[in-house]
Amino acid sequence: MEFVKAFLVGGAICAVVQVVMDNTKLMPGRIMVLLVVIGSILGALGIYQPFSDWAGAGATVPLLGFGNSLWKGVLKSMGEDGFLGVFKGGFTASAVGISGALIFGYLGSIIFKPKMKS
Amino acid sequence: MEVNKKAYEAYVKEVTPVNKKFPNIIKAFLVGGIICTIGQICTTLIMNQGVEKDTASAWTTLILIAASVILTGLNIYPKITKFGGAGALVPITGFANSVVAPAVEFKSEGQVFGIGCKIFTIAGPVILYGILSSWILGVIAYVLKAFGIV
Repeated sequence: MEFVKAFLVGGAICAVVQVVMDNTKLMPGRIMVLLVVIGSILGALGIYQPFSDWAGAGATVPLLGFGNSLWKGVLKSMGEDGFLGVFKGGFTASAVGISGALIFGYLGSIIFKPKMKS
Repeated sequence: MEVNKKAYEAYVKEVTPVNKKFPNIIKAFLVGGIICTIGQICTTLIMNQGVEKDTASAWTTLILIAASVILTGLNIYPKITKFGGAGALVPITGFANSVVAPAVEFKSEGQVFGIGCKIFTIAGPVILYGILSSWILGVIAYVLKAFGIV
């Protein structure tokens, strides 16, 4: 059941973004920025976390979930460190994703060769 | 390549009068759905080891990023993106792809100005605006809390 939910919810989010892309010609970079920002706003409004608890990976794998986890980090650190936590939480929560992408990305750039234009 | 282009044009001509946007949506749905399902399989398998949900999600993120980097290096992910559009772009794998792809592409320009700069082509804006927006929301929440509104 959780797999079906992940498939349907994840697929639906991607389908909606596809419609937006087809109708606005937004570049992938802008789409990604928008998704993360929207995710953190939905998180702050208290909408994304319940949705994420229900949909599982269907909500955490899309970049909206990345935005939501940024917000979750800010909220958590704020509870621990007060105002300083507002500056801490985002990076703490996104550390695995960002470090993973940068480190694996760097290793990838060392290992792999640029693709030849055929 | 030229043959492919002609074949593609013929294909477009054949498909356009019906509705060319419909198949895009289906493809995005399928590809995005499959990637999220793979993510759910990872999360469930890790949680079965007695790991709590947030930690399992973090491991899943790491696994998906690693997989995406390898598939990008092997030139497979660009094909998935070409087919799936937003379905390949929206998941965290699309983000990983956008980190590693320019780093590989511009490695000949050196460690600092090649890999070092280009690795942030998409990651930079995403991190900047993600951190900024969550900070702004945090400040708002902090102020609301201070005034006892929330």
